[in-house]
Amino acid sequence: MNKLSFFLRRLVQGFATLLLIAVMNFMLIHAAPGDPATVLAGESGSADEQFLQELRQRFDLDRPLPQQLLSYLGRLAQGDLGDSYRQQAPVIDLIMDRLPATLLLTISAFVLSLLFGVTLGAWASRHVGKWQDTLITTFSMLFYATPLYWVALMAVLVFSVQLGWLPGFGFETVGAGYSGLARGLDIAQHLVLPTLVLALFYMAIYARMTRASMLEVAHQDFVKTARAKGLSEGRVLRSHILRNALLPVVTLAGMQAGAMVGGAVLIETVFAWPGIGRLLFEALAQRDYALLLGTFLVTASIAVLFNLLTDVVYTLVDPRIELS
Amino acid sequence: MHINRRTLIASAATTAGFMATSLPLHAMAQSAPSNVINVALFPEPTTITVGWGQTGPSQLVGGNINEGLLRYDDKLQPMPCLATAWTVSKDQMVYTFTLKKGVTWHDGKPFDAQDAVFSIDKFTRSLNPRVRVAMQSVESVKALDSHTVEIRMKEVFAPFIGLFDSSTIPMAPRHLYENTDLSGKPPSTGPIIGTGPYKYKEWVRGSYIHLVRNEKYHEAGIPKIDNVYFHVIPDAASRAAAFESGKIDVLPGGTVEYFDVARLAKLPGVAVSSKGWEKFAPMAWLWINHRNPLFQDVRMRQAIELAVDRDALSKVVWQGYAPAATGPFPSQVPFYSKAVVQPKRDKAKAAKLLQELGYKGQTIRLLGLPFGETWNRSAELVRQNLLEAGFKVELVATDLAGSVSKQSNWDFDLAFTYMFQYGDPALGISRNYVSSEIKKGSPFNNVGGYQSAKADALFFRGSREADPQKRAEAYAEVQKTLIDDVAAVWLLELNFPTVYRSKITNLINSGIGLNDSIARASIR
Repeated sequence: MNKLSFFLRRLVQGFATLLLIAVMNFMLIHAAPGDPATVLAGESGSADEQFLQELRQRFDLDRPLPQQLLSYLGRLAQGDLGDSYRQQAPVIDLIMDRLPATLLLTISAFVLSLLFGVTLGAWASRHVGKWQDTLITTFSMLFYATPLYWVALMAVLVFSVQLGWLPGFGFETVGAGYSGLARGLDIAQHLVLPTLVLALFYMAIYARMTRASMLEVAHQDFVKTARAKGLSEGRVLRSHILRNALLPVVTLAGMQAGAMVGGAVLIETVFAWPGIGRLLFEALAQRDYALLLGTFLVTASIAVLFNLLTDVVYTLVDPRIELS
Repeated sequence: MHINRRTLIASAATTAGFMATSLPLHAMAQSAPSNVINVALFPEPTTITVGWGQTGPSQLVGGNINEGLLRYDDKLQPMPCLATAWTVSKDQMVYTFTLKKGVTWHDGKPFDAQDAVFSIDKFTRSLNPRVRVAMQSVESVKALDSHTVEIRMKEVFAPFIGLFDSSTIPMAPRHLYENTDLSGKPPSTGPIIGTGPYKYKEWVRGSYIHLVRNEKYHEAGIPKIDNVYFHVIPDAASRAAAFESGKIDVLPGGTVEYFDVARLAKLPGVAVSSKGWEKFAPMAWLWINHRNPLFQDVRMRQAIELAVDRDALSKVVWQGYAPAATGPFPSQVPFYSKAVVQPKRDKAKAAKLLQELGYKGQTIRLLGLPFGETWNRSAELVRQNLLEAGFKVELVATDLAGSVSKQSNWDFDLAFTYMFQYGDPALGISRNYVSSEIKKGSPFNNVGGYQSAKADALFFRGSREADPQKRAEAYAEVQKTLIDDVAAVWLLELNFPTVYRSKITNLINSGIGLNDSIARASIR
């Protein structure tokens, strides 16, 4: 099958998935008790029947659910994600405001975790049973098992509050008026702690996986053949063992890359990072339907996109794999 | 593979670069300009456009931009603001306000009596349900000249003079809103305009709101601080850490948990103030759902009241910052009566009452409040108290939408709540107990469904009486009635301590605290 038709088919599949996600999300969120009017009323500390009715009318919540769903899908088809009830702004604008921060955070964390995870895993497998291996597996286990939220808070307490080395919240120094390179460096400083904390968890997964996978591949016949051909140990490790061992890691990383975008909620909350994960969480708590569905849809699209990319990366890692 | 590796190395180098460039923040904090105040803000408000923003966070920011005719001190006595003088006729039927001359809106247009008439009669009446109720007693609002406003009443409404602060009837620019649909969305475009000490500068959603000093403010010498930033920090522990690390100067009441208040208070250079809640006098209590047949007998309600340990709640969970309530009126509200108090905890007596009544272990659903750890712990403590007295209790956990929805649909047996009292029993307290306020679908007012003709009559008398002595009598009587009937179980007189750097002086100087504006604060 040629590459173009493969991509077209996957694209259609992707759109079907997204439609399904949109409908399911719509039904699920409306099944929860309470609506945006109750939240706004609850926060304002005073409300009468008239006030609630006005709010419901304003949010278009006084119509039957199927009608609301149909008009939502209709607007979606025209590329309109609707308006946020709460923030009084088009959903697409709100998401686009927040997406860069999330992508910056997740891509940094993704690259960092993959880079160190694979390196550490390979190192551990090479020294299996020795102290290096024990050290790496112990730390992987530790970071995998420790709640992200706690690690994040500890990082803030140690590096921001106690030592004062790094900023503990926000995207940049507010009111400093930096621009150009100075602003870039400022943002980079703010990025360090959230990225490290988010990366640690995934690094642990990739390290363990790479180690296991490499140990498995190392015992296969083609590796013995390679050694018999007289290749250097380093070459065997890089070109034969690692290359083959990476496939399951790539599969997993591809799946997680998409999920990471929406899953950075905790990190974004602790570090007050103005990203989409937080937007999603707040929209959920406030029953801000349009915004919630919009963020779901965008994160789902990113996940679908990453799955597609994973397939491409497969062929790069192992050219024998065909797109089908 | 080669490309991949190079990319990877490049990114690793960048990351290392990030680390190397990080300067110690403590050093930076010292050189920061001192004309900035950083305030923590959560939740992020929906809008800070005056009138549309009724929530605490909206008013915390908006109170700096928009003003009312009056301000109130911590004894709730009126002080001048946009009105320089005011008179109330002896029969309390005519209110006359003299407005300050030479005041301009942030866009340069003059502020006059027409703005005030529009704000009182049309703007807040259609936007604020609380004001709507009070305005039912108003006959007319008129501008006598360009700087005099006269309000004539249909009937006496004793607490009326207490409504003119920026959080209740703020002055809104008539020239912007007169021809807009007030029932719709707040205007999403256009500047946010007030007469206040600060002007709106920028709002980066999810990050911060920036206000700048109004150079043309009508009161000489203020504001003293040039820039105010409100930082949106969603996690309570992170807010405490941000304060500790020096990036935040003010933690407004309620933005950190009480155990953190107690901890931060011990740090050097940190001050804590419980002031600024006098007007709101927030109080926490347990709604009793009077519709539940189980609670029809007053002795059952007494058993609940006797089971709850308010002192432990105050000392342990609220770290001593919220004194135990003695009855339906918080002690900060006028006409509070010391003479009648609800009975103290008596576990044995509660158990005995249960036995007498033949309680068969029917499950009681206790609805908590989804406002953080302190409220969760409060619910757990009350549950423990009730279990010890012999009740069977199920804790119902919900998020805000779920909780509000359950309360408005009367789907609970006991429910935590806390509400503002607004400086007068006729404004804050009566709505919780009078039978005309039983309205399904509204999460507030008489959610418990308590009905008493006697209480109804007394509350009515209290609000329509001009003579303070007679009001006091009516309200003393009503406090006794509510306690005798165990209309609810009153828990705590809340206040939300503000944690701030002690180098900031005069931060809180009115009965509505930080919601008033921080124009009078300065940094030593």
